[in-house]
Amino acid sequence: MTLALETTDLKVQLRLTDDWFTVCDLSALLPGRGVAALLPDGRQVAVFADRTGRLYAIDNRDPFTGAAVLSRGLTGTHRGRPFVASPLLKQRFDLESGQCLDDEAVRVTAYEVKAA
Amino acid sequence: MPTDTPTIVLIGHGMVGQRFLEALAERGLTATHRVVVLCEEPRPAYDRVQLTSYFSGKTPEDLSMTDMAFIETHGIELRVGDPAETVDRAARKVTARSGLVVDYDVLVLATGSYPFVPPVPNKDAEGCFVYRTIEDLLAIEEYARTSTTGAVVGGGLLGLEAAGALKGLGLNTHIVEFAPRLMPVQVDEGGGAALLRTIEDMGLSVHTGVGTQEIVVGEDGAVTGMRLSDGSELATDLVVFSAGVRPRDQLARDCGLDVGERGGIAVDEQCRTVTDPHVFAIGECALAADGRVYGLVAPGYEQAETAAATIAADESSFTGADLSTKLKLLGVDVASFGDAHGTAEDCLDVVYSDSRAGLYKKLVIGRDGTLLGGILVGDAEAYGTLRAFTGSVPPVAPEALVLPAGAGAPVQLGPSALPDDAVVCSCHNVTKGTIRGAVTEHRCTTVPEVKKCTKAGTGCGSCVKVLGQLVNAELEASGVEVDKGLCACFSQTREELYEIVLALRITSFRDLLDRHGREAARGGDGCEVCKPAVGSIIASLAPTIGASTYVLDGEQAALQDTNDHFLANLQKNGSYSVVPRIPGGEIAPEKLIVIGEIARDFGLYTKITGGQRIDMFGARVEQLPLIWARLVDAGFESGHAYGKSLRTVKSCVGQTWCRYGVQDSVRMAIDLELRYRGLRSPHKLKSAVSGCQRECAEAQSKDFGVIATANGWNLYVGGNGGATPRHADLLAQDLSDAELIRLIDRFLMFYIRTADRLERTSVWLDRIPGGLDHVRDVVVHDSLGICDELEALMAAHVSHYRDEWAETINDPEKLARFVSFVNAPDTPDPVVAFVPERDQMKPDLPLLNIGLRPADDILEGSATL
Repeated sequence: MTLALETTDLKVQLRLTDDWFTVCDLSALLPGRGVAALLPDGRQVAVFADRTGRLYAIDNRDPFTGAAVLSRGLTGTHRGRPFVASPLLKQRFDLESGQCLDDEAVRVTAYEVKAA
Repeated sequence: MPTDTPTIVLIGHGMVGQRFLEALAERGLTATHRVVVLCEEPRPAYDRVQLTSYFSGKTPEDLSMTDMAFIETHGIELRVGDPAETVDRAARKVTARSGLVVDYDVLVLATGSYPFVPPVPNKDAEGCFVYRTIEDLLAIEEYARTSTTGAVVGGGLLGLEAAGALKGLGLNTHIVEFAPRLMPVQVDEGGGAALLRTIEDMGLSVHTGVGTQEIVVGEDGAVTGMRLSDGSELATDLVVFSAGVRPRDQLARDCGLDVGERGGIAVDEQCRTVTDPHVFAIGECALAADGRVYGLVAPGYEQAETAAATIAADESSFTGADLSTKLKLLGVDVASFGDAHGTAEDCLDVVYSDSRAGLYKKLVIGRDGTLLGGILVGDAEAYGTLRAFTGSVPPVAPEALVLPAGAGAPVQLGPSALPDDAVVCSCHNVTKGTIRGAVTEHRCTTVPEVKKCTKAGTGCGSCVKVLGQLVNAELEASGVEVDKGLCACFSQTREELYEIVLALRITSFRDLLDRHGREAARGGDGCEVCKPAVGSIIASLAPTIGASTYVLDGEQAALQDTNDHFLANLQKNGSYSVVPRIPGGEIAPEKLIVIGEIARDFGLYTKITGGQRIDMFGARVEQLPLIWARLVDAGFESGHAYGKSLRTVKSCVGQTWCRYGVQDSVRMAIDLELRYRGLRSPHKLKSAVSGCQRECAEAQSKDFGVIATANGWNLYVGGNGGATPRHADLLAQDLSDAELIRLIDRFLMFYIRTADRLERTSVWLDRIPGGLDHVRDVVVHDSLGICDELEALMAAHVSHYRDEWAETINDPEKLARFVSFVNAPDTPDPVVAFVPERDQMKPDLPLLNIGLRPADDILEGSATL
């Protein structure tokens, strides 16, 4: 595994148990779209920016299909809260809590994320 | 089988029979009686009125009127394919063909009618048919496969229906009518002339004032022609007799029931036979108390109600019925209602006639201004309203009701002017008041709900338009807001957003949302519904409004569905499939080899698609640019298999190779595919070009399909395969190359402008007010004066087209997005893995559940790179 070199000032960082893990440059995020990042333990995270620049991170695995694709879904605002819709079967997940909006029993991990 | 419960036996399960069963159930008689139905046809009741719609794509199942759950719930013993053979009235027993004997307390005959076949020589020869049942249709369809010409004997209602069916089967069609005009019963001379002109313009040959003397047969005994009463002979491969129907009363005659001089089981006002109080007759087999046999479904329904009410000991009577009809015959609206022929004393006509446009409208008005009846040919828009006003003095002058809009005083007499007791649906006798009640009391908010609640509009369907207007008016009046908005972010429809984007030259989703979105959605991020819909609108109009024509430019990239964002098709394990464009399905060996080499080198699964091209599956996101670099290098471009845009234009080899071909279908398919490639639209667009009427390219199942004729091209629109198949409708005939392309330009741009999000052309065509006729008016006759603009929009699209994959592989910033992991660009997604199957590979689906698997178990998708 080769990790990309850090080149610009602001970095997107993810809170893992003890410390902050650097994911990518903030400039790599397009508002309204996501990217996927690989964590040291092999898990995958989907990181998003909304139009105001706020960052969100949830698990990249779509629990309905098992595919690691949530980072490729379309984002939006539902009743004032940010969400991403899975690109496979379109279930929506709250970007702050990881809660599935179309199935109460399903939730994906949400991560704390910041630009620093 | 004697039982304690009284038994009702119904003979015949047609539309009227089914209606009778429903009337029994409504009155609770199915609970207190054993009900046995003997049905001759192999299928339960279906919509015979809509029989011809089989040829425009309806299946026998679509035509069915029988909800089997209804039959079961009410314990009705329905025996299809088991007709009654004898009735013993003294013993009150019916014997069916299967040998079943049923004792009855009440017997109801609903045996319908049979087609009248004139007693001409060879009338039973091979190639002679009648037009009455689904089985008749299937037989005609089969025989027409090997025929080129067909003739219909009879130019009445059913005859024209049958002629339309033959024409739809691609036959040169003749209509032979003994009377001096078409539809002699319904329309007068003026109406007949307007009808004749329109039908001849469609390419049908009409012979009026001549009778059929003999069917001519060849040595093999099959039909080769007809000899007519004027001495001429008409060559034809197939003859359909549609010269009227006769009551099917043989069973009644056999058991000694009185029948009329010209047939029909004589009944009283309660539909009880005059001979036997235990026997009833309803529908086309009955001779009603007013001395008439009614051949329309609405009076039959009324008789069914009357018989059921009488059996339930309710008071009801059938004393005669309205013969109003509205039909669309061969695409021509024909309606007659009330006293259409002006038989009342002192009545006066108001006539508007324009033979050039095939229009004829006549109203019959009484001395005191009462509307008594009328005939409408060519435009029957006003039928629903006029019929409901019949018998009263309309609130506007009669001439205003028949003059075309724009001429003189154009008065739109809406259904809101109708009194509450006006009958809107004459098939089910539903008044305006009942329909309003469905909205106000039963809380129906849509036309389908009102149809279910009141049955209005479920017969011939001619009142559905008025129904829609009434429902909307009532909803508005009761303050129910009908939200037609695209999604929670926009209150506008897609069509309205298109107009806003075009008129205000809006090139940004955020702008559109913040200025035109719902209050609560402004400043937000939109949603997964409106973002791709607006992205598509902006892409369709890009050159005209000044937006980038590259869908991954700037903000547009954030609006695209994942497929458009990666310019490939996402598959279930997160891998993508790749489809290069192969215009018209024509490909040189060298290019085929390139595709093979690429698929082999990247370890892709290959499959031939239904659109005559090759799909390569199993590419990981980071492989897409590498694959496309090689494809572009070999001269391929994006096939837009991922987009709501033109997919393929299929073709047969046509005139160049095929001995039947009459035009160069491959060349035309390539031209069309290259012209419309990359055009973003509300849904995907598919097309095909066939080189002759044999239609090997299946053009009639496409959004726009082209079939070669000896004189040019026929253009069909609105076809669809898939879950709800629909045969395309003929839009225009015998077009030159330039005419064809101009018409498709206009059609596609009009569709893109007015369709809803994800609405295929087939659904759109059925939804938009006026349907195919309206679309033809707009794109062929330029009735809205927008054709110049539609053509200019298409010209802008064509001249600004660029291959988005060539553009992407030359842009390092865009290429950076094609990675599985932003922080590990060289690492493939470990969940995307494959296992062998049939000499190729398939996704490792169990892996999706477990997440990871030891590396030596799996077959790497990119083994060689």
